[in-house]
Amino acid sequence: MRVSGLQKTLFYTVLILLVLLTIGPYYWMLVGATNPTGNMLNTPPSFIPGDYFMENLRSLLSQIDIWRSLFNSAVTAVSFTFISGIICAAAGFAFAKYQFKGRNIIFALFLLSMMVPYQALVVPQFQLFASFNLLNSYTAIILPQIAYPFAIFLMRQNMQSIPTALIEAARIDGSSETGIFFKIVLPTMVPAIAAVSIFLFTHQWNNFLWPLITITTQDMYTLPVALATLAGLETVDYGVLMMGAAISVLPIFIAFLFLQRYFIAGIIGGSVKE
Amino acid sequence: MKNSSYGEAVNESVGKNTGSKRSFDNPRNAPYIFLMPALLFFLLFTGYPIVYSFILSLQQSEGNVTTFAGLDNYIRLFQDPIFYESLSNTLIILVLQVPIMLFFALILAVLMNSTMLKAKGFFRVAYFSPAVASLVSAAVIFLLLLNPDYGLINYLLSFIGIDKIGWLNHPVWAKISIVLVMIWRWTGYNMVILLAGMQNISNDLYEAARIDGAGKVRQFFSITIPQLKPVILFTAIVSTIGTLQLFDEPYNLTGGGPVNATTTITMYLYQNAFEYFDFEYASAIAYVVVVLIAVLSFIQFKLAGDDE
Repeated sequence: MRVSGLQKTLFYTVLILLVLLTIGPYYWMLVGATNPTGNMLNTPPSFIPGDYFMENLRSLLSQIDIWRSLFNSAVTAVSFTFISGIICAAAGFAFAKYQFKGRNIIFALFLLSMMVPYQALVVPQFQLFASFNLLNSYTAIILPQIAYPFAIFLMRQNMQSIPTALIEAARIDGSSETGIFFKIVLPTMVPAIAAVSIFLFTHQWNNFLWPLITITTQDMYTLPVALATLAGLETVDYGVLMMGAAISVLPIFIAFLFLQRYFIAGIIGGSVKE
Repeated sequence: MKNSSYGEAVNESVGKNTGSKRSFDNPRNAPYIFLMPALLFFLLFTGYPIVYSFILSLQQSEGNVTTFAGLDNYIRLFQDPIFYESLSNTLIILVLQVPIMLFFALILAVLMNSTMLKAKGFFRVAYFSPAVASLVSAAVIFLLLLNPDYGLINYLLSFIGIDKIGWLNHPVWAKISIVLVMIWRWTGYNMVILLAGMQNISNDLYEAARIDGAGKVRQFFSITIPQLKPVILFTAIVSTIGTLQLFDEPYNLTGGGPVNATTTITMYLYQNAFEYFDFEYASAIAYVVVVLIAVLSFIQFKLAGDDE
């Protein structure tokens, strides 16, 4: 089968047009962040990044403490990833490598809960944290989804590939079960855990509804909440808004470029096989 | 095959370890120890809320007095015009967005799976990249792009002779705007899942078809689609659940307007719970979403001819 030059040209033209559509909005964000709002609202608008970066940043900072929000997002996303990663890895290991009473029922419960919309949980969760006096805290932001069913599912899928012989050998050498988990399972599963962790991290970094509900003071805003309050202002300054968007998108976008292999693995995991 | 030796392995080593140092840390107890934290958090933050919000939905409170109200909240719900509007908004967006997005995702996945393609990695990363942005930042970026008076999209449309479209402030276009943002954000995400599914289809099938003289199109409909069915079903169900929970985009793009034209069920739930503090009524709305998701997932399973 031979492919004509025309077909090839057409094929790549379509693909590159689609790239422009997917990357375009990000480019527009950068143009907006580096131009005065006036330039963006002109006809024709400015198409190239301008030199208004510092001015937009300064007026962003006068409206909202974006560094503080960046810090809040980083702290909550990192601690969420770490705690949830360990908890879900342990649960996934239990499901993958042990026979025990209730295994199938408990696993099915985790899976079924993925069908329950998050919103159905939000009111009781809010009241729960209110009764613990924990609203408006890092704890409130990270705790509710620590046992993340999809992450447990992915961990289990991956941990099924650990050879049972390896675990048995460790037992014969006198290792305890927790020893096996920390000294053998975690080290051999690093790529899978990394993939799932990246998934957990972005999930928390981008989480909006729950922080919006629990966070009431500006100093505790995470990036999405801070950005939403900016967008909700009476007069929207697009330059400032795009600067805020850039600060919330760029860190994760750059991380994505370097880690995209793991990133994508974390999302498809074992979920499509079978 | 991997699983066949669990039981024996565990039993054997239980025998070997009898009387050894830690009595709690043995293969019999270990799974419960490993599961405990996840299970505790799950019961506290998922199990308990599921049950409690149902109870809540059957109650009413005035001041500090809470009374059992039976189905009153649900009856009120079914007489509430805004509820119907938010329900129909959500369903309209669902019906527009999910099929269009999955269609594009499938086409993209086929293109990406083509033997003709060089620089696969680059294209994959480029198409997937919208999925990295938070929904809030995606909405904010499109706020600028879709600005009816000065937005880039209207400016570009003017070149092909299309008059300014009132994207965010016209009831129909506001819905379309939300669909557009969702398509931008999620198509690449679904493409990656479909692509992974395609790569799992055995090459032998295509080879056999080629020998039988089947063309590319025929192969796509007779091999790729049927083989990919479970993956397509997976993406359809996940997208349906996601769309029924739609909140971030309308909240940030349109604020539910104009005049409730983009208020989704979840936005209405949020308003009732956290603006009017009617937790009981909000819980009833939440349970309607639970039932909707169950019903729609069931239908999708049936349509796909459930083999599992």
